[in-house]
Amino acid sequence: MNVWRIALRLLRRDWRSGELYLLAAALVITVAAVTAVGFFTDRVETSIERQGSELIASDLAIDSSAPIPQTLDAEAKARGLATARTVEFRSVVVADQGPRLVNIKAVDPGYPLRGELRVRQGVDTLDEPAPQGPSQGEVWVESRLLALLGVRIGDTLGVGETRLRIGAVLTQEPDAGRSFFNIAPRVMMNAADLEATGLIGPASRATYRLLIAGEDERVASYRDWLEPRLAANMSAESASKARPEFATAVDRAARFLHLATLTTLLVAGAAIALASHRLVERQTDAVAVMRCLGAPRRLLIRIFVLRLVLFGLIASLVGCLLGWLAQAGLVDTLSGWLGEELPPPSAAPLLVGVTTGLVSLLGFALPPLLQLAQVTPLRALRRDAGRPRASAAITLAAAALALGLLILWQAQDPTLAWKLIAGVLGALATLILCVLLLVRLAGGLAGRTRGVWRLGLAALARRPSGAVLQIGGFGIGILALLLLAVVRLDLLRAWEDSLPTDAPNYFLINIQPQEVEPLRDFLAESGIERTDILPMIRGRLTHIGDHQVEPSDYQDPRAERLATREFNLSYGTEPQPDNRIAAGAWWPDAEAPPQFSVETGIAETLGIALGDTLTFWVSGHAVSGPVTSLREVQWDSFNVNFFVVSSPALLRDEAATYITSFHLPAGSDALIAELSRRFPSVTPLDVDAILDQVRQVIDRGVLAVEYVFAFTLVAGLLVMYAGIQASLEDRRAEHGILRTLGAGRRALLGSLAVEFAAAGLLAGLLASVFAETTGWLLAEQLFELEFSFNPWLWVMGVLGSGLAIGLAGTLATYPLLIRPPLQALRRAG
Amino acid sequence: MSEPRTVSQAIGLGKHVNGPAGGLTILDGLDLEIGAGEAVAILGASGSGKSTLLSLLAGLDEATAGEVWLCGRRIADLDEDGRSELRGGRVGFVFQNFQLLPTLTARENVLLPLELTGTEGAAERADAALERVGLTARAGHYPRQLSGGEQQRVAIARAYAPRPSVLFADEPTGNLDQQTGEQIIELLLELREAADAALILVTHDPRLAERCDRRLRMRDGRLESLT
Repeated sequence: MNVWRIALRLLRRDWRSGELYLLAAALVITVAAVTAVGFFTDRVETSIERQGSELIASDLAIDSSAPIPQTLDAEAKARGLATARTVEFRSVVVADQGPRLVNIKAVDPGYPLRGELRVRQGVDTLDEPAPQGPSQGEVWVESRLLALLGVRIGDTLGVGETRLRIGAVLTQEPDAGRSFFNIAPRVMMNAADLEATGLIGPASRATYRLLIAGEDERVASYRDWLEPRLAANMSAESASKARPEFATAVDRAARFLHLATLTTLLVAGAAIALASHRLVERQTDAVAVMRCLGAPRRLLIRIFVLRLVLFGLIASLVGCLLGWLAQAGLVDTLSGWLGEELPPPSAAPLLVGVTTGLVSLLGFALPPLLQLAQVTPLRALRRDAGRPRASAAITLAAAALALGLLILWQAQDPTLAWKLIAGVLGALATLILCVLLLVRLAGGLAGRTRGVWRLGLAALARRPSGAVLQIGGFGIGILALLLLAVVRLDLLRAWEDSLPTDAPNYFLINIQPQEVEPLRDFLAESGIERTDILPMIRGRLTHIGDHQVEPSDYQDPRAERLATREFNLSYGTEPQPDNRIAAGAWWPDAEAPPQFSVETGIAETLGIALGDTLTFWVSGHAVSGPVTSLREVQWDSFNVNFFVVSSPALLRDEAATYITSFHLPAGSDALIAELSRRFPSVTPLDVDAILDQVRQVIDRGVLAVEYVFAFTLVAGLLVMYAGIQASLEDRRAEHGILRTLGAGRRALLGSLAVEFAAAGLLAGLLASVFAETTGWLLAEQLFELEFSFNPWLWVMGVLGSGLAIGLAGTLATYPLLIRPPLQALRRAG
Repeated sequence: MSEPRTVSQAIGLGKHVNGPAGGLTILDGLDLEIGAGEAVAILGASGSGKSTLLSLLAGLDEATAGEVWLCGRRIADLDEDGRSELRGGRVGFVFQNFQLLPTLTARENVLLPLELTGTEGAAERADAALERVGLTARAGHYPRQLSGGEQQRVAIARAYAPRPSVLFADEPTGNLDQQTGEQIIELLLELREAADAALILVTHDPRLAERCDRRLRMRDGRLESLT
């Protein structure tokens, strides 16, 4: 007989009899949560990558200090990719009022390949998208250049040896952000006019750029082709997740979402374990009979494993479907998150979902089921032949292994994963120990009480392993609910508060040293309190220790880019308020010897360790000092921050410009106009739009997390239901006997209420301790948010769970009491 | 495969257990031989070791002395799985508490041993067995929807469907009223006749024992013949 067929038939029969509903529900919930989050983050990540494309106006940009050979262009076209070229350089444009240093970008008609170019045709008109750059004979300029030069749209500008008409005001240029701090006014012209200007010769300093865009695989294969052909003066940059202002917010949202998934995984895992335990209890006799009827143990093992795998596959697929629907609902709820329609999800989360389902099922359910094969056939004749006790050690080890694997896989952050695993194992051990202690205490109390109290407490103490399972199940369920409260009330609120309504929305850059004090006074007079005006010095990183930094040292395109470009360095006596020293120590005062403090992310990217000596090339000479601290920076605070900061002694004497950021209430345009008039060289940058987007990311992120936590809620309720169901079998016989002996329904009901309420109180107490600890750890370690102690959690956790579980357990078990005792005895016999 | 004429044999069989109150000898050098198609009743007081003997003869438990042969194989030569395989298709069981699987219908319960041993034409055999015990109409019912007598009839159909060489019955009427018990006895013997299977019956019931070819009484760990 085909084992598959037997397994399938037995599975069908078990399903029909309702034995598997609980297990199926737990599994479906686990898989649905994992897949929903998988699909969702997949889509968000793709979307962020696309927005990264907009930042470089393409999918791949090749930069060079010399004209880029035609072969690169031709190869891209041959591969079906779109291309466009730009040349960027500094020059002077001339109007009647005089010359002005500007940043000119000459673009060909294909530009931009990604993102949107927007222009305004008149002073008072709204801006509108432009499908391509300026036509021949025309330039587009930034509005402040009009003011600086006293010209208007329609006037002409002298550009080198030619004159070009100002056709429009440039309001949005997708890849302008690449030269954020090269802040001369921007001018865009048609590449066809370039020759006539005579500005670009063989020795000119210019950045030539070849932009490439197309299907992901084609771009990737082109990049592979390109890599060995890149000349020393060229670099290639892919559309990475290059939105630093979103990075922290999206990263946090992703962490919350993964946390929600992991919590669901843990809680549903407990439900799966409880449901499997019950399944095993109920199948013991069936197995004994099957062994009597001639089924060898290995056949039973094969049947069990196959049946479990089949069941796991089916439930996982249902979970995947549910997960897909849930993420569709989630996306619908969050439509417009990140400012665009989300791209469709990939199929990868399906694989993740099914694997998670199978691994958790096998980890939690297989050991007890395999123990079942050890049932002696003698049990069919003599019930006292006993059932094999699933070895607690093996069961726990398998469950821990499965959970560990899943956490390691899902958390995508080994450190976080190990912490979580250690936490879960520690919590489990503590839980078991506490329950055993408390059960013993209940046993002691039972001896000193009477009536329903005695029956109830004794019932709890009589089955220590059952009590561990049951209270453990209740505890985990309540823990899930309390964690939801902690996350919602404390963590998510802290996150929302992390971007205060008065977060800086204006940056002032290019402040000259002599302007610092007058500007500070001006800002103070204007009622702007924040006057942190920080020095900024340009420097190229040349050495880490003795090692000379070469772009080719780095695989990571971001590291490569950083190694080629100049850093913005700063110095100060105090770290910025939103910085946290992660390693080492900040220097004590302004007179401290030369040293650096480096942001942790960049240190990791470039391979900089505490104690390394960094050398920067600043204004024609080398400055160096040891790294004495690593800082974590909250980039989405919108305060001015630097990757590398030095002690004042190191950079105080270098030529610097200054930068500041502050919050300007809406409708303060007059203030900015006045500022531009009094400090003409200072460039104000309005980041309100970006700020709004980040705020939106946070708001929607909170919503997404709440949505996903709904799965955890269901899993929590399931595990509690499973906990109640777990003892039903034993109880059936017990109640039959007690009622035959004359125990009244009221007494039994009372004892049930006492037992369940006691279990609920114990579970609630343990869960509250764990929830508070976990909340604190999460806030401090994972999210870097302020955590506040919540007394309500304890009231709700302990009293609420005692009441709820007392009531739910009593109600669920009540049907046993209204049956005639004979029936109960017969079923149990 | 042709089965030997002796289907079950015990030679010097002993079973000794160590309990909390010290050692206890349940069976003590017991000899027994049962031929094909023979019906043997084993009587005895409660706790005399009847069920222990049955479990040893069926290879459900291991003896502490002597040896047991079942369908031509020495039980001690086989491990647990080997014993299971030996039972498959050759040995049927009827238990006092029926032991039907609660999640399976009557028909599925009868099908189970046939499926486990990969028997050809399992469905037809199961249907025929159910018809034999007069339960065709209740084939789709679950054990909990059947009376005690009906459940035992399903169990008998399950025991006979694989056409075993030997059938072990442990107090098959113990949980039934007198009238139903008599019907069950009739059915057991009738099917034994039809299948030419040996029947080894443990019972308290003298009326049931009376209907067997041979009656043995357990006393002090040994068997004595009553006929």
